[in-house]
Amino acid sequence: MDFNGSDTIPGPRTEDHLPHTAQSAVKIVIVGGFGVGKTTMVGSVSEIRPLTTEETMTQAGIGVDDNYGSESKTATTVAMDFGRISITDKLVLYLFGTPGQERFWFLWNGLFEGALGAVVLVDTRRLEVSFDVMGRLEERGVPFVVAVNSFPDAPRYPIEELRTALDLAPEIPIMDCDVRRRASSKEVLMTLMRFLHSLALSGALT
Amino acid sequence: MTPPRRKRRQPQQLPPPPPPLPKPADGEENPRYPERLYTIAGTADGGRAELDLVTLIVSRSGPPPSASPEEAAVLRLCTAPLSVAELSAYLNLPFSAMTVLITELITTELVQARAPIVRQSVPDRSLLEAVMHGLQRL
Repeated sequence: MDFNGSDTIPGPRTEDHLPHTAQSAVKIVIVGGFGVGKTTMVGSVSEIRPLTTEETMTQAGIGVDDNYGSESKTATTVAMDFGRISITDKLVLYLFGTPGQERFWFLWNGLFEGALGAVVLVDTRRLEVSFDVMGRLEERGVPFVVAVNSFPDAPRYPIEELRTALDLAPEIPIMDCDVRRRASSKEVLMTLMRFLHSLALSGALT
Repeated sequence: MTPPRRKRRQPQQLPPPPPPLPKPADGEENPRYPERLYTIAGTADGGRAELDLVTLIVSRSGPPPSASPEEAAVLRLCTAPLSVAELSAYLNLPFSAMTVLITELITTELVQARAPIVRQSVPDRSLLEAVMHGLQRL
């Protein structure tokens, strides 16, 4: 990587600069299986072109399954796409989409811990790929909503049947969405925010 | 056709997740990744500021002549506030490498870090309402 020519380092477009008054940021994480539409959702509401950040993890820190017998540490790069929405001139919201293998997401320090909440995007063709991540969110007490991204060839289930299949607590919102549409992605985020607000009102957040 | 079924889990007291492994310390060669980018900013003790993906970084001054090219790049990018995640993306550096670099810049008072608002045990309703109003305008 050549840093010598500073002109070659891409940065935000002038119109993408945050105002100097921007004091703090919050984040929401969008999780789901490969190809379920996380990056599409980020892109449909982001004010900037989605960007990608990476982190390097080693298998030694992961302690699971598919590397048995292997003594050597191998590094795994976990990439995350993200976008941004300016809320006020002081407050910025970042949306992180998490591709790749879900067991790595939870090694990313602070990714979920600090997030206001999470959106679990599910694809009814592969419902089970979201099971583990939902369990992990529950274990960590990260509030989430479930959004069913509608693919044309995907099986259609009544929402209440999906709620039962996903064993969702009755208060957890679940809705259909089309993440290619900004209005639909926005409604998913609004549903999450209303859910978080209701938790705050009921004092149920711990 | 019925969908596959899941079983709900309960909140747990989990041990804190292990820290990301990249160390700014020397040694620890990894032959598969010869370019250990985190060595670009070597703080002596390897200590790092508490930086989140969405901590906003703002330059306090222009790059001094002593700044490394990477530091100078950060200082130039952060004339307007920019999150650590955005810096990592623009500079094409892993997040942990970015935090090492920024820690150095905080220590030398070249940048200011504006901490994120994280989920609280007692949630800030006015914050949630502000986010809702902001989203509503999308």
